[in-house]
Amino acid sequence: MTYEAPLEKHPVNIREVVLGEGEKAQKIGGENTFPFHSFEGSLPNPPGLALEVLDMQPENWATWALDPFKDVSSDPVEWARKGVEEYGAEILCLRLLSTDPMGMDAAPEEAAKTVRKIVDSLNIPLIVLGTGTEDKDSKVLIEVARACSGKNLLLGPVLKGNYQEIAKAALEHGHAIVAQASMDANLTKELNIALCKFFPPEKIVVDPTSSALGYGMEYTFSIIESIKQFGLVDKDKMMQMPVFADIGIECWRTKEARESAEQGILWEATTGMTFLLAGANLVVFRHPEALRLIKSMISY
Amino acid sequence: MALKGAEIMKMLPKTNCKECGCATCFAFAMKLATGGVKLDDCPYIDPEVKAELEGAMAPPMKLVTIGAGQNAMVIGEEEVMFRHEKTFFHEPGIAVLISDKESEPDIDEKLARVKDLRFERIGNVLKVNLLALSNDSGDGGTFETLVKKAYETTDFPFILISEDTDILFSAAAMCADRRPLVYPVTNENVSASIPKLKELGLPAGVKGESLDEVIAVTSQLKDAGVEECVIDPGSRNMLDGIRDQTLIRRAALKKGFRPLGYPTMTFPCFMCRDKYEEALAASALMTKYAGIVVTSLTEKEFIFPLLVHRFNIYSDPRRPMTVEEKVYEVSQPDENSPILISTNYALDFFIVSGAIEEANIPAFLCIKDTGGIGVLAAWTSGKFTGEAIAEFFKKYDVENKVKHKKLIIPGVAKKLKDELEEELPSWEILLGPSEASDIPKFLSEEWKV
Repeated sequence: MTYEAPLEKHPVNIREVVLGEGEKAQKIGGENTFPFHSFEGSLPNPPGLALEVLDMQPENWATWALDPFKDVSSDPVEWARKGVEEYGAEILCLRLLSTDPMGMDAAPEEAAKTVRKIVDSLNIPLIVLGTGTEDKDSKVLIEVARACSGKNLLLGPVLKGNYQEIAKAALEHGHAIVAQASMDANLTKELNIALCKFFPPEKIVVDPTSSALGYGMEYTFSIIESIKQFGLVDKDKMMQMPVFADIGIECWRTKEARESAEQGILWEATTGMTFLLAGANLVVFRHPEALRLIKSMISY
Repeated sequence: MALKGAEIMKMLPKTNCKECGCATCFAFAMKLATGGVKLDDCPYIDPEVKAELEGAMAPPMKLVTIGAGQNAMVIGEEEVMFRHEKTFFHEPGIAVLISDKESEPDIDEKLARVKDLRFERIGNVLKVNLLALSNDSGDGGTFETLVKKAYETTDFPFILISEDTDILFSAAAMCADRRPLVYPVTNENVSASIPKLKELGLPAGVKGESLDEVIAVTSQLKDAGVEECVIDPGSRNMLDGIRDQTLIRRAALKKGFRPLGYPTMTFPCFMCRDKYEEALAASALMTKYAGIVVTSLTEKEFIFPLLVHRFNIYSDPRRPMTVEEKVYEVSQPDENSPILISTNYALDFFIVSGAIEEANIPAFLCIKDTGGIGVLAAWTSGKFTGEAIAEFFKKYDVENKVKHKKLIIPGVAKKLKDELEEELPSWEILLGPSEASDIPKFLSEEWKV
């Protein structure tokens, strides 16, 4: 028996999505093969690795999660700046936690002002996330879309119950969106179909929702893998959007991450690495050390 | 690669003699393809054809056993590239590397530490499985001292590593009853290794600098009758490792390429610049098909995430994840502690019990068997109704565990509250938060006896 490397070629590509604008804009997706399979296909863009920023002082974070930012954690603009200048983040993910209706319930206009300030002072690709509350998020994200018109933000999560309003505002003001459907590849596809009736597919990133290591990580892993297979192998156009994974918030909630700094960083980095291996194109980290580790390991 | 009935049919006598018990040769072939009959049931099959069919019908990836008895590590016989296609069957071995160049106290400490790397998680024991003993000193006596110590003080299966084939096999002979994996068997030493592998009945750790080299060695071993191999394609960085493992598994499963139809071994211990990278590389390689990862890590903070990672990836996606039905005591509750109830869906259990621990308020957590489905679905299907919970209360004598009569139920189950007020009239039913992450806040603010 003679050996021939069993290479697999796919005639389609995952869509390429642009984040941000100007010279610091970044592309994600665009590959025609499975993650890290440069031996059999093309992966024009490395995965996007984003660093999380909160728009308010974090409560109840493990000391070692807060440590890297403790001098700036009450000022989102300075937090964002430190993330970029000191920790080398090339994409930021601003979580508008202040708008949580169960918490501070800050007004959409207030939140939008913070986003605008960060955009003006840093001008790097920015993901802006609401709190997952459909009504409030749609008010907040519409306001953000308006305040940052033309900046090509990535806005989310866009859900089944608020996709129409948010996507309409994103379209009008030139932003991309994160379409979120929880833990079910079919729901991901349904939402994409609904969106693509009026929204450009090359402006959509999908979020199957993330679970942390030890808390259902394998479900997220397998859903990301199956979305990528539907897209590349079955050539399903509605499954060719890049995949988004918001892992910091899930990982740092676990008691294991709160036990020690080493274990916490590894909890997050392991979860992130696993989703990258499944095919995630954009991953949000909370700890700069977890992000740095992953970046150095996937680029050598 | 499994054979189809039609392919088998071509190789049968086609006499329809019925002596196998099937009406026709075709019926026999169909049954054989699905494992319903044995090849031996056909009295007229040509012996050569029989050997060929047996070979073709064997699992595409060999099962390999390292070690003996209770602690034996079984790897291989995987069937899919992606776990959602079926499941990954045999958890990869995590092997801790110990060198005979390390000082005696260091070795003693390491052995003691490795024995302690055992953790319980939802009724499963997560642990390190193997010791990789490495002859870096180049000295046979030093290596044998290490092997002897590991043999006498632990019951782990071993991987024995030595570039000197004589040293390798004389150490292997010392612990042959534990069935160690001997490594490396290469192009250079394969001829010398074959008689010893056969004499001692050991599996071979095959190393090649390329897949072609691996294939040459496994083919030679197979021809000589050494069936159990573990392959190291020589990759010494993570991304090359992922490439090689992927191609090996694909060649075995999708092309039926026998010379690569073995589990693999990888060396994250030689791939990385620091401990964090090593832990990450090890978990990445386990995700992407490694049968064994060899690591130099022994610290709990680095090994534990790896063990949980393996447990997650090798859990069976076809089965709902469940925990045992019972009243769990979280952080030693007493008669004034709160009582909460949830389903036996493992993820719910983890998150809820973790949140109670985080709240630092000891509590009783009632876990009702719902067949592993979550609160709302279980309520709809009658497994988490007022009636079902009232029965649970009786069965586990919940009433006598505490002095108060307050039950906290999941916030999403609003309708359950009414049902429970009817079924457990003497109890006050408190609607808890909808999100488990709000449990600490809820308990600290709302819980009063």
